[in-house]
Amino acid sequence: MKVKEIRDLLEAQILCGEDQLENDLQGVFASDFMSDILAFTDSQQILVTGMINPQVVRTAEMVDMKCIIFVRGKMPTEEIISLAEESGMIVLASRFLMYSACGILYSREEDPKPCRV
Amino acid sequence: MPGLTFTYAVDGNDYHKAGEASRSAKFALKKLGLPPEVVRRVGICMYEGEINMVIHADGGTATLKVGMDEIEIELEDKGPGIPDLELAMQEGWSTADSQANQLGFGAGMGLPNMRRYSDEMQIDTTVGEGTTVRMIIKIR
Repeated sequence: MKVKEIRDLLEAQILCGEDQLENDLQGVFASDFMSDILAFTDSQQILVTGMINPQVVRTAEMVDMKCIIFVRGKMPTEEIISLAEESGMIVLASRFLMYSACGILYSREEDPKPCRV
Repeated sequence: MPGLTFTYAVDGNDYHKAGEASRSAKFALKKLGLPPEVVRRVGICMYEGEINMVIHADGGTATLKVGMDEIEIELEDKGPGIPDLELAMQEGWSTADSQANQLGFGAGMGLPNMRRYSDEMQIDTTVGEGTTVRMIIKIR
């Protein structure tokens, strides 16, 4: 799914990575627990979270994610955005709750498969 | 093990900076042209260990030794030590405080994740003296 489609679907504001709107991203992982992100992500490129701190960016970076979507209307600080910018990440902020944001993204996947550990 | 050694001081007083050493290490390993999956595994192991050092031990030292066939991560702290290692290795067991929870950690997945992503892991710990964690990630 292209970044601009994600932005439109989630009525999101793009906070950094505007030059990557045409990039095609695959796979979503949603969590507020950083260790779960480290434990269970495979090749997902998009992180959906409601946590706001620099560790979100560092955690996403450790598992090679490309895009962070902050949900529940949470707005990251300048420090967090700068950190993401340094890493070449895309950052979006949406007012949808995590459940809704994930539902919208899941329903748009070409071949959605429920994942289990 | 001949090769390159990288040493990082982990600041235990600034929760905001937790993870910076691992970020630098991952950047250095990428520059060396190591396989992405190896870099990812080293990053996860070191990052979880670094967070543990900040949460539980007021920081410490992280050393990466990059050899031809494997990478060794050594995390050394002078913290309180781990009284019951078997319990600490169980998924879901945690003694982390609310500050750690605010960062999204403290769910009892740190040590299990380090074991999951390393090929070998050894923990030497003495209550009141500190903990040293050594992990090996094979390159081939």
